[in-house]
Amino acid sequence: MKNYFLKRFIYSLLTIILIATVTFFMMHSIPGGPFTREKPVPPEILKALNEKYHLDDPLIIQYFDYMKGLFTFDMGPSFSKIGTSVNDLIKAGFPITAFVGFLAVLLIIILGVPVGIISALRQNRPIDYFVMFMATLGVTIPSFVLATLYIYFIAGKLDLVPPFGLSTPVSYIGPVLALSGYSLSFVARLTRSSMLEVLRQDYIRTARANGLKELSVIGKHAMKNALIPVVTYLGPTIAALMTGSFVVERIFAIPGIGRYFVESVSNRDYTVIMGVTVLYAAFYVMMILLVDILYAVIDPRIKFEKESN
Amino acid sequence: MKKVLLMILVSLLLVPFVFANGGKEEESKMVLNWNLGADPKTIDPGLNGASDGAHIDNNMFEGLVREQAGKIIPGIAESWNISDDGKTVTFKIRKDAKWSDGSNLTAHDFVYAWKRAIDPATGSEYSWIWEYTNVVGAMEAAYGDGPVDAVGVEAPDDYTLVVHLKNPTDYFVSLMSFFHFMPVKQSSVEAGPDGAWAKDPELAVSDGPYRLTSYTIGDGLTLEKNPYYWNADNVKIDVINVKFIDEASTAYTAYKSGEFDFLNDVPPSEVPRLIAEDPEFYIFPLLGTYYYNFNMNLDMWKDVRVRRAMALAIDREKICEVLAGGQVPAVGFVPPGFVDNEGRDFFETAGTYGFYKDSSGVAEAKKLMAEAGYPDGKGFPKFTLLYNTSEGHKLVAEMVQEMWKTNLGIECDLENQEWAVFQDTRSQGDYELARGGWITDFLDPMGLLAIFVTGNAYNDPKYSNPEYDALLDKANKTTGKEHYDALYAAQDILMKDLPVITVYHYTDTYLSSPPVKNWTRSQLGALDFSSAYVER
Repeated sequence: MKNYFLKRFIYSLLTIILIATVTFFMMHSIPGGPFTREKPVPPEILKALNEKYHLDDPLIIQYFDYMKGLFTFDMGPSFSKIGTSVNDLIKAGFPITAFVGFLAVLLIIILGVPVGIISALRQNRPIDYFVMFMATLGVTIPSFVLATLYIYFIAGKLDLVPPFGLSTPVSYIGPVLALSGYSLSFVARLTRSSMLEVLRQDYIRTARANGLKELSVIGKHAMKNALIPVVTYLGPTIAALMTGSFVVERIFAIPGIGRYFVESVSNRDYTVIMGVTVLYAAFYVMMILLVDILYAVIDPRIKFEKESN
Repeated sequence: MKKVLLMILVSLLLVPFVFANGGKEEESKMVLNWNLGADPKTIDPGLNGASDGAHIDNNMFEGLVREQAGKIIPGIAESWNISDDGKTVTFKIRKDAKWSDGSNLTAHDFVYAWKRAIDPATGSEYSWIWEYTNVVGAMEAAYGDGPVDAVGVEAPDDYTLVVHLKNPTDYFVSLMSFFHFMPVKQSSVEAGPDGAWAKDPELAVSDGPYRLTSYTIGDGLTLEKNPYYWNADNVKIDVINVKFIDEASTAYTAYKSGEFDFLNDVPPSEVPRLIAEDPEFYIFPLLGTYYYNFNMNLDMWKDVRVRRAMALAIDREKICEVLAGGQVPAVGFVPPGFVDNEGRDFFETAGTYGFYKDSSGVAEAKKLMAEAGYPDGKGFPKFTLLYNTSEGHKLVAEMVQEMWKTNLGIECDLENQEWAVFQDTRSQGDYELARGGWITDFLDPMGLLAIFVTGNAYNDPKYSNPEYDALLDKANKTTGKEHYDALYAAQDILMKDLPVITVYHYTDTYLSSPPVKNWTRSQLGALDFSSAYVER
């Protein structure tokens, strides 16, 4: 067990380092730099700026300098918010983004899974059709459409919630809905189809034939197996939700880190690009590990020693 | 029993009214809610180069003078004197000028701030502006070709600032209102390098009508009245809540529900309706021009008749109508709003160079194209029109593409590139026809015409005409009639040579709710709430 964890931990670390390396060289290969701003800066000034931030050092030196900093958790200064360090940007924005993400994850688990199960149990009944209809809407309507319509009607016309920001508890409704919309619907459908699949299995028939109470059959036997695909999907999804959505944060004016994922690229803010990418990678890798552990808990057929995938 | 219960219930209902006056106490402070739009990259006046930072700096700091709608009023300098030869400007600093921490503001602060902004080690994005100030030694120092100590500015005593200019410069004093020349306190700046001090309420010391009391990254900042401002008696607003919502539609919804009193960014789709029906909507000319660059190094553009034909064949009025932002069709390169030595508007006086705001020039265009050897566009090579990715630029590009096809029979492909990539491509001259835009940094037509001097960093068409260069050089060294005569002549040459096709002049749009009064802005586009008040 311990060996397994150690191995996985080391692999995870290597994965993050690899992602950081690839991102670093990729982002330096696109034309433009942090100082190609609205008003292009004259070559002499550009030279002075690049010198100041060591952007004129050979790329490999810049790479090692950056990685050295990364190991001491120093992600460098932001180039588009000068005077502010990437650490500060993430410290300020991440808790906000993560909290909204956390609420979205909660919603998905508390609503999406049960709804999917109920749909499967009441297959082809009105409730099933209704749920599937809503889920299809949720998967197809883009989050920015949902978000903008929400603000326009609920905040603007009906004045029920503040039009932006997270100042009051009700102001969380919009962002959480817009953020979770797609995943919530997807999880509902996934749970439903997975459940339907499991319910058709022989061992379920056996359990029923043995006289087990229906609640026990569903709750204890069917659900565990049905949840495996859901857990697989949720792992990376949680990582994505907790690191925020550029669209949702922009439209609801949430001061989180979601927007940095897109903005930093157009600004060529190298350090912020690296910072958010490494953060996301770390989260992602952690969630994958958690999911693998969860498999062993859910499905007794999966054991660590047989880790051959 | 029931009666007693009823009485208790009724009296409970009256309880909320006891607190009804609570709201009034909060309203004794005058508050302005303003959406700035973006989280400024920096608000350190010496490092700033963007308009969002400029808006904040214009309220948080103050330079030697303040410019409001073209009028120069004394700022930290209560008066100034220009020597007879125009090369020495002496400013008298107010004796009651103070920083927001109560300490005295002196001429030495200006010397420090300016030298710090010029110093290449500081890494200011805007230090190139010193070339146009004509201050002795400034341009050289900014480009690292000379020592910062040799810059011609000194403070013989605490309240006198003396500036030495290479040539007399008419617009020098008005330029001093610009954020780059605002003073900064040395101890603050050193406490928070790279502008970090300006965003930190503990460290930010400023000299303007307002001071910074809070800053939340990505969210907003708060400005409060600066009690040490020399003119604090006339500052009526107590608190300005500034937000950084850059999604224009969200900000607009918030404005409509009363959360904001002022927006400086309006969703373009709302503009036509706002122009027609909303008195809260304001349009101001922004001193800049939208144009297309010909790559003058290419053979296909060598014939001036072709260039002139293309410039004549577009209907600028139609384009402005479609853009619906109050933009002004351009003929020359200099927009309306510059006043010459006789008080006349440069744009009005310069003439139209035979261009039309609408499609009246099409017949002449066709003729020119035929004369050049391409009757009805036959035989003219297909070219690519390059612009940076944006809905607005796409709109204009599609319109001119269609106009050239219909009117001249020539075809072009449209290509768009992401902003940073586009800038690289354009400055490297790797294009055939590319979109361009320029806004002046100081109140003189030179701010626009100077970019076409040979070798200028922003001379994208790579235009070179020694006559033009000589005239701009002359304008740089003269004032008054000589200065403007040279500029008029220079624009004449530019419009004859046509290295660019001018399309329209920019505008700024604002939404200001009725309670907000007496706000103003500088002609260079920075908002000014120093004498504003809110009457709810």
